[in-house]
Amino acid sequence: MTSAASTGSPVDGILSTATIVLSLVLALWSLVAAVRHRPPDRSQFVGLAVLECALLVLAVVALVGLGRGERPGEPGAFFGYLVTLVCLPPLAWVLARMEPTRWGSAIVCAVCLVTPVVVVRLQQTWAVVGG
Amino acid sequence: MADAGAPAGRLATNSGPGRLLIAVYILFAIAATSRAGLQIATRFDEAPVAYLLSALAALVYIVAALGLARAGHAGRRVALACCSVELAGVLGVGVLSLVDPGLFPDETVWSGFGNGYGYVPLVLPVLGLLWLWRTRHALR
Repeated sequence: MTSAASTGSPVDGILSTATIVLSLVLALWSLVAAVRHRPPDRSQFVGLAVLECALLVLAVVALVGLGRGERPGEPGAFFGYLVTLVCLPPLAWVLARMEPTRWGSAIVCAVCLVTPVVVVRLQQTWAVVGG
Repeated sequence: MADAGAPAGRLATNSGPGRLLIAVYILFAIAATSRAGLQIATRFDEAPVAYLLSALAALVYIVAALGLARAGHAGRRVALACCSVELAGVLGVGVLSLVDPGLFPDETVWSGFGNGYGYVPLVLPVLGLLWLWRTRHALR
């Protein structure tokens, strides 16, 4: 971890890959529900809760890394993405609860498609070289 | 929420597909706001025009989301104005950034017709306007 600066990123590894995969699976699952005219069901809300837990663990790992003196390439953007990231599943949860129709499932799908993008941006803002 | 009690069968702007639209607007409001805030706070001198434009885009997304969510006559009018400004902005900035790349030295949400955001900024106002048209009879 202390070797090359580019490989020591706390947000790059099995955990972030797991959040990306989980998010995409949930997006696909919600898309199927939306296409079948199904409102968001228990499985989607459980999925959002699991995703949120994984993202919170990722955030804690990143903060622990910071505590050990590791520094992101673009600190401002990194924290912006980190805060946004942990807010995404709750946002989907609240909006999906308000919309108990197929469109609620579509909302879960949309947010779960955005989440992996934010995870990747998070990794990029940590690993950025130079300005 | 003043006149949210639309009769059954008539869609208000804040239900059904409209709620998905609001969700996407919220996502873009967050993206544009944090981007503009960061750019203006850390390196405003580098590209003031681009960063002020990001801030304007952020404001438009926030107000559009609020307009769609409120659904009343005023909300619809606000949403209509925002979607129009957005469409004009994304088209105008898209063309300008092609014609004279030096004008926007740093990327904005609207540069290159929103290609940095999967062209969603281009599609979003069109969907917004279509949705306002579809729901035009929701209120009397």
